[in-house]
Amino acid sequence: MRLFEYESRAIVAKAGIPVTKHGFAKTAIEAREIAEEIAGPVVIKSQVLTGGRMKAGGVQFADTPEEAAKHAEHILELEIGGHMPRGVLVDSRAEVKHEYYAGVVWDGIRKRPVMLFSDMGGIDIEEVAEEHPDHVARGHFSTIRPFSDWQAKQVIASLGITGTSLNRLTPILAKLARLFLDYDMTLAEINPLGELEGGAFVALDAHMDMENEARPRQHAILRELGVGDEETRQAREATPFELAGEAVDAQDHRGVAGNVTEFDGNLGLVIGAGGGSLTLFDAVRAHGGRPANYCEIGGNPSVRKACGLAKLVLQKPGVDRIAVMMSIVSNTRVDIVARGVIKACIELGYDPAEKIAIFRIPGAWEEEGFKILEKYGVDYADRSVSLSGAAKRAVEKIGE
Amino acid sequence: MSILVDETTTFIVQGITGREAVNLTRECLDYGKGAKIVGGVTPGRLGRDVHGVPVFDTVAQAVEHHGGPIVGSVVTVPPAFTKDAVFEALENGIKLVVIVTERIPRGDVAQMVELAGEREARIIGPNCLGIIVPDVIKMGGIGGPARDAAKSYTPGPVGVISRSGGMTTEMSSTLSAAGLGQSTAVSIGGDAIIGTSYAELMPLFEADPETEAIVIYTEPGGRMEAELARWVTENDSRLPIVAFMAGRFMDEMPGMSFGHAGTIVEGKEDTASEKIARLAEAGIVVADEISEIPGIVSDKIATRAARTARTARTARTSSSLASSPGGELGGMSS
Repeated sequence: MRLFEYESRAIVAKAGIPVTKHGFAKTAIEAREIAEEIAGPVVIKSQVLTGGRMKAGGVQFADTPEEAAKHAEHILELEIGGHMPRGVLVDSRAEVKHEYYAGVVWDGIRKRPVMLFSDMGGIDIEEVAEEHPDHVARGHFSTIRPFSDWQAKQVIASLGITGTSLNRLTPILAKLARLFLDYDMTLAEINPLGELEGGAFVALDAHMDMENEARPRQHAILRELGVGDEETRQAREATPFELAGEAVDAQDHRGVAGNVTEFDGNLGLVIGAGGGSLTLFDAVRAHGGRPANYCEIGGNPSVRKACGLAKLVLQKPGVDRIAVMMSIVSNTRVDIVARGVIKACIELGYDPAEKIAIFRIPGAWEEEGFKILEKYGVDYADRSVSLSGAAKRAVEKIGE
Repeated sequence: MSILVDETTTFIVQGITGREAVNLTRECLDYGKGAKIVGGVTPGRLGRDVHGVPVFDTVAQAVEHHGGPIVGSVVTVPPAFTKDAVFEALENGIKLVVIVTERIPRGDVAQMVELAGEREARIIGPNCLGIIVPDVIKMGGIGGPARDAAKSYTPGPVGVISRSGGMTTEMSSTLSAAGLGQSTAVSIGGDAIIGTSYAELMPLFEADPETEAIVIYTEPGGRMEAELARWVTENDSRLPIVAFMAGRFMDEMPGMSFGHAGTIVEGKEDTASEKIARLAEAGIVVADEISEIPGIVSDKIATRAARTARTARTARTSSSLASSPGGELGGMSS
């Protein structure tokens, strides 16, 4: 889950890393008040969960509180990459002598967190790593032994940084490494990390991603930041259709029937499980089909949940038919899913044989499931029909 | 032969009294030659039994009751308790931990993997269905009830490695239907950090004389495929690898997560198309459809056998050629 810059800064400051004087404003009046308090030149930054703010005009400079209010008013109405801003950050403009980069990410191959540090800050670190690899230092660290400052020092010193700079930068990178683990981040970066004229270092911008799986145990900090449980913070906000899918899944704790993502096609998909859904979605598209949605069933959901998901998809405007397909199931029961989707059709006044383009779920309790499907005249396939073959059959029926 | 487990493998089930764990225990006991489940652990349930398997409060009690080291553990406890359970297993001498639990934060997974490394133990998963050696043993929910698992898995020459539990069975079933059985199939899990990756299983399959080819199921997200490609390039493996890549549509939707926790395109290197290119560069065939896989695997095995025979013949007649085994024959056409 991506955090806004103002939230990331709050976390950085809480960890004891110096930040410039700033405030978060939701209105132009609030922005003016913050600028008055700062009493100097400021920068107004749009708070959106997407990149390219600068290019889009979402970052403006102001010398007076009046100017700050004017810019804030404009930025608050400015859509960037399909996102409306949550507010603006009013930040004091610092006299920066040099810009550094400090970050921590996971290395999935080494299976450890890794510190990244560069004396070329202010630009994308991937770009620096590619074009100036000798300006990026890395250091993996343990997750079971307490983090010790020398590990940060060693990374920074390897770039040839010494003197007071080294001694001032070390605690900043060390604190970043600790907060990365403490708050279950998947990314924690300060970019740029500014060196001021007087030699002090401050975080001028921060970017944090918290792992979704860790949200339950990070409740305290999330509450402090004002992040609600309902905020998914995906690359785009959830649509009403997707939220309805979550509600279906939340009906009971048996299995999964949800993870819905909306698309604009005409073939409704009731598919599973994780890998099966990915494979099937690709297959439908490869055969020229236009999926109306992505979703996942798995872990042996109840009839009620399977029915709820099928109903949701069937009722989506533009959906002609649904395809009910899964990779071979060993835990989820074929008969339960069959009953769920047939029930959905009947309750909505449809003929299951007409509305279900194909049912391809082989595996546990398949004999029982196939019997039910036969009774209602639903076209079904066993494991002798591949996932791709089943998708093809569904797409062909939509074309009829 | 097989990798990781065989009919002698002893293991426990941690969280054995949970609904899914009770089923899993039944399935493993029934499958193949019957798993040697020597105990289960659920704190506070000492003295109960699950399908005849004694339940203990601690792993130490299970080890003491068994009277010697226990090889493995299947961990099925809720995410908030998984790290503690795995630490308990590792500190009590368990060398192979299969973690079924999903939704475990990466920080916890990294800690478990790090401790496993120090204890010279191996973790499979999390968020996986475990390991199966067809007709011999299964450790985990892989394939489901014994009767269903027998429909999909048959003994044979193909090693299967998959980031998706369900797709491990789907791919194996397709191979079995074409007469290609599996030496061992491993569901490695779909998270961003997992205990054992493709590249880390390769040396094990390499050392298993029964395995003649590898089939992998892969997804966007992460750098595990790049790691495998590098392993293949750096090691003169005798095993042809055929891959299937799902989630190609995700390339158009960076930042969105589908399927497993690990499938999120974060950079330009972890897209489906980038991975396909990287695998292909290393000589790994990426099939467009699963149904094509058995044909490709059979061809690869046949070509390999012919080469081996030819190399052996050449070796007998020409000592100069024999001194450079493989040589120009080492490259794989794809």
